Amino acid sequence: MLEIRRASVLYPARDKSEPVEALRNVELTIEPGEFVVALGASGCGKSTLLNLIAGFLAPSSGQIKLDGAPVTGPGQDRAVVFQKHALMPWMNVLDNLAFGLKLQGVAKAERYKVAREFLTVLGLEGFEDSPVYMLSGGMQQRVGIGRALTADPRILLMDEPLGALDALTRERAQELILKIWEAQGKSVFLITHSVEEALFMGSKLIVMSPRPGRITHRFELPFSRRFLAGESARDVKASPEFIAMRETILGIIFADEEKAA
Amino acid sequence: MTMDIQDESRPAPMIKRIFRQAPTKPGQTYGVPGEGNTIKISVVAVLVVLGLWQIVTASGLIAPLFLPSPVAVVQKLFGLISTGFTGVPLWEHILVSAGRVFAAFALACIIGIPLGLAMGMSPVMRGLFDPFLEFYRPIPPLAYLPLMIIWFGIGETSKVLLIFLSVLAPVALGARAGVRSVAIEQIHAAYSLGASRAQVLREVVLPSALPEILTAMRIGVGFGWTTLVAAEMVAATMGLGYMVLSASQFLQTSTVLVGIFLIGGIAWCFDLAMRWVEKKVVPWKGRM
Repeated sequence: MLEIRRASVLYPARDKSEPVEALRNVELTIEPGEFVVALGASGCGKSTLLNLIAGFLAPSSGQIKLDGAPVTGPGQDRAVVFQKHALMPWMNVLDNLAFGLKLQGVAKAERYKVAREFLTVLGLEGFEDSPVYMLSGGMQQRVGIGRALTADPRILLMDEPLGALDALTRERAQELILKIWEAQGKSVFLITHSVEEALFMGSKLIVMSPRPGRITHRFELPFSRRFLAGESARDVKASPEFIAMRETILGIIFADEEKAA
Repeated sequence: MTMDIQDESRPAPMIKRIFRQAPTKPGQTYGVPGEGNTIKISVVAVLVVLGLWQIVTASGLIAPLFLPSPVAVVQKLFGLISTGFTGVPLWEHILVSAGRVFAAFALACIIGIPLGLAMGMSPVMRGLFDPFLEFYRPIPPLAYLPLMIIWFGIGETSKVLLIFLSVLAPVALGARAGVRSVAIEQIHAAYSLGASRAQVLREVVLPSALPEILTAMRIGVGFGWTTLVAAEMVAATMGLGYMVLSASQFLQTSTVLVGIFLIGGIAWCFDLAMRWVEKKVVPWKGRM
């Protein structure tokens, strides 16, 4: 279980600019197996929140705990999937997938065995020896997701992982992530700009607002469970409940944007 | 009909024609500047220059003392191969010079690459070495050659050291810049997969610095050849630089040209080899 208690982040003043309150008093609990999606206008602090959980950033005040132990820096229990995949171009697909295990000192045969399992899960069979710079964007991002999963983290942190993909690839990747989530039972924290993606994927949605960055709304979502129970993604997204929810969320976000403008 | 309608039958002005975008052929991308194969053009350009050289020398426009004909230079080369220069066979001059440059180059890489990496990764190392490296880097080696001779005598040491110093700065600075080329996401990814600081340096920073290190080595060895002649100015009895300098004192212009072409040729071959290594070792350069 991940707990964030009254976490604030204040970026100090620089040159002539005012200090920026990136996050104010954020309270958030991510239960084991929960899929939390953060949504909000740009500048609302979603990335700052992810960096806090990942340990790339320390809070100015407040606390972050994973299973009771305070988070003091990045670690293997919180693997991150980046927007720009951040793969290592000098390694092939298999070595990228096995990178976390290599860092943990797992022997070559064993780490390749694990990596090959994920190769199948991610639909990358036949590409294990390909250099990653030769792959399409969608495949690169799948390698990025696989690399985070092979490290067997407690929680998976995803920073707009599908933002750079085209619409079709993106929907397929959403379904893939949900299926992996169901199979692995991991906690997930995902940031997105897309309201539809947030509603479809999350089991819990937090909506954030800028100046200062804070969580303003929380929703429990049923849609990913419905998809995993067998309903098609298109049916879920076309259902009246989904559309009603989408309008509510869009209303909140547009109100924020208008205030900013 | 008005006067300012362009007459289509008249050719466009010269400048316009040069900068006009040619229509694309199938499989080409429109508007990419500088596309196209250059080998044919380069071969023709070299042949034309050689031809002009032969014409102006053969016709007696330029005296052989100033510019011997290409044929004379080739003849000189074969002469030097069979009889040597100042009693020393040509291949020995080549070997001695190449030995000096590559010994200095190897030494500069062994010291400069780790030094540059350390400077890129640690502010302490950067603070310690940056002022010295940046200060001596722009000084021409000829300026501190006398100092080298006062300190290390007129033997091999001062020659190799002089070349070493000229290669060290570009190699070290290249390695240092290479450290900066790693993306912060890649470092964060490694940390979030459980990497230690040492592992991040070895598994992420080092490989991403590799393209810049190789480029710096290419630039560095060029500086080495530049400095060779300076290093062989004093008390040398062998070497291509020595050959060029002493031949010039006896106005043996063709020997001077042979020496210049040999230095250029060796440096060019080494650069080709480095480019091949680059392709093999860092095929991902600039692609991600």
